[in-house]
Amino acid sequence: MKKIFGDFIDELPHKTEYLSIGFSPSSIPLKKRWRNNGLSADFIADYLQTFSVGAPEDIAEIKNAVKYVANELLENAMKFSEESLTHPTRITFHLHEDMVVFHIANSISNGRLTAFSDFIKNFIDADDLNDLYLKQMEANAEDEGSKHSGLGFLSMACDYGAKIGWRFETFETIEMESPITIVTTSVSLAL
Amino acid sequence: MEIKTEEYTVLYDPAIAAVVCKGSFMLSGTQEYAPILELLNTAADQQSVMLTLDLRGLTFLNSSGINTLTKFVINIRKNKKPQLVVVGFEKVAWQVRLLKNLQRLLPDLTARLE
Repeated sequence: MKKIFGDFIDELPHKTEYLSIGFSPSSIPLKKRWRNNGLSADFIADYLQTFSVGAPEDIAEIKNAVKYVANELLENAMKFSEESLTHPTRITFHLHEDMVVFHIANSISNGRLTAFSDFIKNFIDADDLNDLYLKQMEANAEDEGSKHSGLGFLSMACDYGAKIGWRFETFETIEMESPITIVTTSVSLAL
Repeated sequence: MEIKTEEYTVLYDPAIAAVVCKGSFMLSGTQEYAPILELLNTAADQQSVMLTLDLRGLTFLNSSGINTLTKFVINIRKNKKPQLVVVGFEKVAWQVRLLKNLQRLLPDLTARLE
């Protein structure tokens, strides 16, 4: 079963420049793997730079935007993937004339699914995302126990003008008793 | 008071009432950022008049880092002191946006772009 939310862009045929990086679930603890997010985000941003022309400030800006988005997507995938599944995480970065598009596909733990669905509903129903962004900051300041800020997608949209969408697919597997969910997130940034 | 790692440093110098952040803030969540937030809150507690937060040397900040700075700024708003001056580079677009967002949470904040 497939469900699509927000400004989801389907994976495009690999006719333009693209880069794809995969991560297999492993026994290495999250903390040790964490550094990979920054390294991979840097790698994607450096890759983009090869094709960029323009003023150094403009290149630095788009490079920072690409690094920010890639890092946030990878951090989310690391935090919320279902660790017991062997499903890999894959991030793909497509470069177009007027925009860059990311797709990241990862499993999501059943425990996280409801909270994530609620977040997406609030995100796509919001009249003003900047307002929601500030409200989330205020709510985090009041909630000392919150482990996750919930600011990642909001900052991508509000600070970087990103268009974001999600595709949820559920599958029956031999590994798990209950169906598993794979979420593909698409993020596009105008160049 | 200083937190120094391979990726970043946060230095609070009471003599000049300033906290200087350098490097890349890419920690994984609230718990990992707790020592940085604690240092910032301590600096704000000790400086009742004015405190400068210098972010010019910060090369990268993830969303958990944004969360840490917004918590710190909201804390100052609640305590109504000290006067906070945040310094960033005008040429670095994400620093300009961050300072604007912090100012929306704390209208009295002085954003100094250089």
